[in-house]
Amino acid sequence: MNPVLNGDMTARECVDATYTEIDAHNKEINAFVELTPDLAYAAADEIDARIKAGQKDELGPLAGVPVGFKDNMNLIGSKMTCCSNFLKDFESVYTATAVQRLIDAGTLPIGKTNMDEFAFGSSTETSVFGPTKNPWNLERVPGGSSGGSAAAVAARMVPIALGSDTGGSIRQPGAFTGTVALKPTYSRVSRFGVTGVSSSLDQVGSFATTVKDTALTLNAISGHDRFDTMSAKRDSEDFTAKLDSSVKGLRVAVVKDYLEADGLDPEIKASILAGVAALETQGAQIGEVSLPHSEYAISTYYIIMTAEASSNLARLDGIRYGARAQDTKDVVDLYLRTRAEGFGPETRRRLIMGTYMLSAGHYDKYFDRALRARTLVKQDFEKAFADYDIIVAPTTATTAFEFGAKQDPLTMYLSDRFTVPVNLAGVAALSMPSGLSQEGLPLSIQLISNYYDEATLLQTAAALERSYDFTELPSHVAETTA
Amino acid sequence: MSLTIEEVKHVAMLARIGLTDEEIETLQREFDIIFKHIDTLAELDLEGVEPTSRPLPVLNITRADEIVEPLGIEKALKNAPAREGSAFQVPRIVAAGGDA
Repeated sequence: MNPVLNGDMTARECVDATYTEIDAHNKEINAFVELTPDLAYAAADEIDARIKAGQKDELGPLAGVPVGFKDNMNLIGSKMTCCSNFLKDFESVYTATAVQRLIDAGTLPIGKTNMDEFAFGSSTETSVFGPTKNPWNLERVPGGSSGGSAAAVAARMVPIALGSDTGGSIRQPGAFTGTVALKPTYSRVSRFGVTGVSSSLDQVGSFATTVKDTALTLNAISGHDRFDTMSAKRDSEDFTAKLDSSVKGLRVAVVKDYLEADGLDPEIKASILAGVAALETQGAQIGEVSLPHSEYAISTYYIIMTAEASSNLARLDGIRYGARAQDTKDVVDLYLRTRAEGFGPETRRRLIMGTYMLSAGHYDKYFDRALRARTLVKQDFEKAFADYDIIVAPTTATTAFEFGAKQDPLTMYLSDRFTVPVNLAGVAALSMPSGLSQEGLPLSIQLISNYYDEATLLQTAAALERSYDFTELPSHVAETTA
Repeated sequence: MSLTIEEVKHVAMLARIGLTDEEIETLQREFDIIFKHIDTLAELDLEGVEPTSRPLPVLNITRADEIVEPLGIEKALKNAPAREGSAFQVPRIVAAGGDA
């Protein structure tokens, strides 16, 4: 599985091959916005030296694996632009904990991936570097906001990439690109060095082509970090331990109201039901749950997320880092013009909306109500997990949509309706491919587990991976590997 | 509820984002649609429901005050839009000759 550890190629050759592949396809797909060959080759040489010195047994399973990082994560030796004009020239002066941990596991940092500006979006169309294209169909979006990481993995440029998920920004692009996309439990992975947008919702996670790689990545990046006080203090766990275990006796519930929702693509629904049937055949006990307050989740989410974002991004003022408007007449003019020039339309909309939510006279009507509605959304999950181990839902209502298809912001926001409730509650969830549509686009299924039960989440995903046996590849990848 | 043009202007000012009249009008139209959806929250009976400000009940996290390597002036100023010596250069906020 790992060509470097198998001795099929050196780590340096692996980096060469990765950049050759990226050179061939990135112009078209636009998954990477910056490449970091100096870092990748330095990491590769270290791996090769250790293998040569006979220390191969000391290397972990991810040693010599090329990886990509979403461009909202700091990595010394690269820029961190959040795909915004504001930070177009921002050079990292420290490295994010999750990034460092993945590099410490021996991976090869290939570059930074495209995203919606400041992670505000569900299609990667708001990136200042232009949209990423879906490797399965170049007329379709890869989803977002972590669309670059998703496309990089789907196009097999790298086998693993990190992303961040505030309302679905890992799982939705995972669904659109046929990749295994994990949003761990809130607090499972440190966010230090990852540009915070909505601090009560943000979580770092991964894209991979297999459930096993997903588990190995979580092994590497999870754990307490003194620089993110929210990060959970828990004993380290081996998330690969249960991957081969039977799901016999596992209590699995389908979210009835999601599967009966208007606008759910019948092909997606059928593939989910096929997955559930496969779990039942393997001995899982199947039931149904309802998450009735999910109906209010998008409203709740857009109040809380924009409010927190408006507060978080107030620090982008043109004083200490980033862009600064020139020839301004006073300090207020400097703020006004710096922020107008630095932010794109979606970022401005969300920051202004969030400011409104927190402003005098509106706090009680919106923000306070949203925090209380959030309690109800969370309680729905707590009730469900009192009786079940895993909840099954769609990740998205449709397969990848076309560029420009969602012009008005609300329609775009509603595309996250099955992913957002998970962030509000803070539980863990994973999206994985469940087949291919008649149009040749990936279908997907979302699995949700209780807090800190990623081991069972990944166990269930591994069982489904065996039954779905999803081996299709985007056409240009299939051609080169044929 | 809808926001008036004046309200959108006011909030944009609070957010310190300078917009043109045309941009304010676009935003007002978009907010109209978004708020119509968000206002469905008013349907919920939230009587007696406690607020959740974060998913996990974590309070007052403390840790030992250990000294770690500081960022240092050069790194801190690396991305400064303007600097003077070891300081961020900023526009004048107090009028020249003023004693405020």
